[in-house]
Amino acid sequence: MSDVTAITDSEVVGLQTVHAGRRRAEWIMTVQEAWGMGRTKIGVGIFGFIVALAVVGPWIAPYSPTEFVGLPFASPSGEAWLGTDYIGRDVVTRVLYGGRTVITLALAATLIGLGVGVTLGLITGYARRWVDETLMRILDVVLAFPQIVLALLFVSIVGPKLWLIVLMVGIGHAPRIARVIRAATLEVAQRDFVRAAEAFGVSRLKIIFSEILPSTTSPLLVEFGLRLTYSIGLIAGLSFLGFGLQPPAADWGLMINENRIGITVQPWPVLMPVVLIGILTIGTNLIADGMGRALIGIERDTGGT
Amino acid sequence: MPPLLKLILMRLGLGVLTLFLVSVVVFAATQALPGDTARAILGKEAANVARYEALREQLGLNEPVVMQYVNWLGGVVTGDLGNSLVQDTPVTDLLSRRAFNTAVLVLIAALLSIPISLLFGSLSALRRDSKFDLTVSVGSLSLAALPEFVIGIILILLFATQVFKWAPAVSRVDPDIPIYQQLELFILPAITLTLAVAPYITRILRASMIEVLESEYVMMARLKGLVERIVLWRHALPNALAPALQVTALNLAWLAGGVVIVEYLFGFPGIGQALVDAVANRDMPMVQAVCLIIAGVYVVANLTADILTILVSPRLRTGLR
Repeated sequence: MSDVTAITDSEVVGLQTVHAGRRRAEWIMTVQEAWGMGRTKIGVGIFGFIVALAVVGPWIAPYSPTEFVGLPFASPSGEAWLGTDYIGRDVVTRVLYGGRTVITLALAATLIGLGVGVTLGLITGYARRWVDETLMRILDVVLAFPQIVLALLFVSIVGPKLWLIVLMVGIGHAPRIARVIRAATLEVAQRDFVRAAEAFGVSRLKIIFSEILPSTTSPLLVEFGLRLTYSIGLIAGLSFLGFGLQPPAADWGLMINENRIGITVQPWPVLMPVVLIGILTIGTNLIADGMGRALIGIERDTGGT
Repeated sequence: MPPLLKLILMRLGLGVLTLFLVSVVVFAATQALPGDTARAILGKEAANVARYEALREQLGLNEPVVMQYVNWLGGVVTGDLGNSLVQDTPVTDLLSRRAFNTAVLVLIAALLSIPISLLFGSLSALRRDSKFDLTVSVGSLSLAALPEFVIGIILILLFATQVFKWAPAVSRVDPDIPIYQQLELFILPAITLTLAVAPYITRILRASMIEVLESEYVMMARLKGLVERIVLWRHALPNALAPALQVTALNLAWLAGGVVIVEYLFGFPGIGQALVDAVANRDMPMVQAVCLIIAGVYVVANLTADILTILVSPRLRTGLR
């Protein structure tokens, strides 16, 4: 996965995005259309379930996440349903505690990426000429680093700090989001309502935020789902490499790293986080795909492309 | 100048510019380090002012930053990436064998994923909305969502430890034995990378194939009464390949980043694992070298794909943009 730093479906969607007649409430149409699809419902169901598990988990956990309840790598038993981890803590408890960090950090990284990416996309799409050229070259440089490498480069300088990891994952998303929003902006900027606003002498900043931005909401929704999927993988991946949360934190990514030496005798403390992260990313990707399909569908209906 | 040549030269120029900027970013990264390389090498001995100053002089740290950059870049171009701070050995020596291992791994993954994607992508497009298409769609969507370590660990559980024991779970490639004698160590890492990357290529290929099949020139070719096989091979596939080429190159370049987690997971001695170790040890010359290699591969792969696209797409080739 991951960032795959590639032109993904949604970027293709982005290129085709936005056609005459769609404004403001269009994103509601996209959501309604997406909701009509089975895959979106399944995705929302999965996402809701895992988030609920992560939120409620600490209350229903049988032990404290740092409490020793048995021997290291003990097999499942009556006291510890899924056995214990590498130093004898309850796996069920640590799994129930460990989802919050991944989900909140991934959400934060996604929001940073959207904030920076949308701003850059709007500026490059509307400013054009040398501002556009210069910014796009800078974005190309960021794009040259796979997201995990970009994060690692900065971790090597500053050290394994959570804020840094969230920031760098977000910054890694930004150029990819900016490209989609830029493509949408280029097209919207040609439309009559933008031309009219320009003719009335409305300031460029106001045109960007009150005329153009609302028209890019639908591709934004797709980007949100997609980037959230990658954020989860990247944040958990960095924890897995040992640069995210540090012991004794209960975190799915860290759990995999800590317990993988015992994978042959006691697979549960590795398998559970892996399965939950996997299901979560499938859920968010299904939502993103549903949105993307809805977007293309609406364009076809309104005579686009 | 012919428009085609001009287009290619412009693209080349942009690629060189991006490479230059990438090198500036990687170099600047070490400049942001609190303290300097001399302090990092000496550790506590940095309190010895005379030694510290001597080493600074020796490393050229007393020169202006721009000169330091020029010297460093000169080294990079001539294959001298400095010495590792941890092992005090030239980075190039430490990385050459690892780079070779990684290259073999990526090559195997590419050789596996391209035909698979080509097959599933075009078949889905041809049998659009069939059960086969739906299965491929849901399957590739789910696989594309999964982080590499999730795929890798599931493969380890299934094929190396809990269920079957078909392949080794740890891939410590021995530098003293030829690679073809230890190919079994490449099985799981290569399949992990393939499963992570093939879904993207499949999806894009399907989308571009469908677009081409619906185009007017394919309809025209059919109306002319051409055999379906010729329509597909001569008219549809070449045009569908252009966008797929881009994505393939981008994804192969992505493999260079994807190897970081996969190599760490399997204990595979490549540049990805070297990067993880170097980051943990704050071995900056090593970090710089690996980041530069990976970003460089990305830029060059991207550049090659763009130029190939210009050459294979009939519309661009004839200069009509």
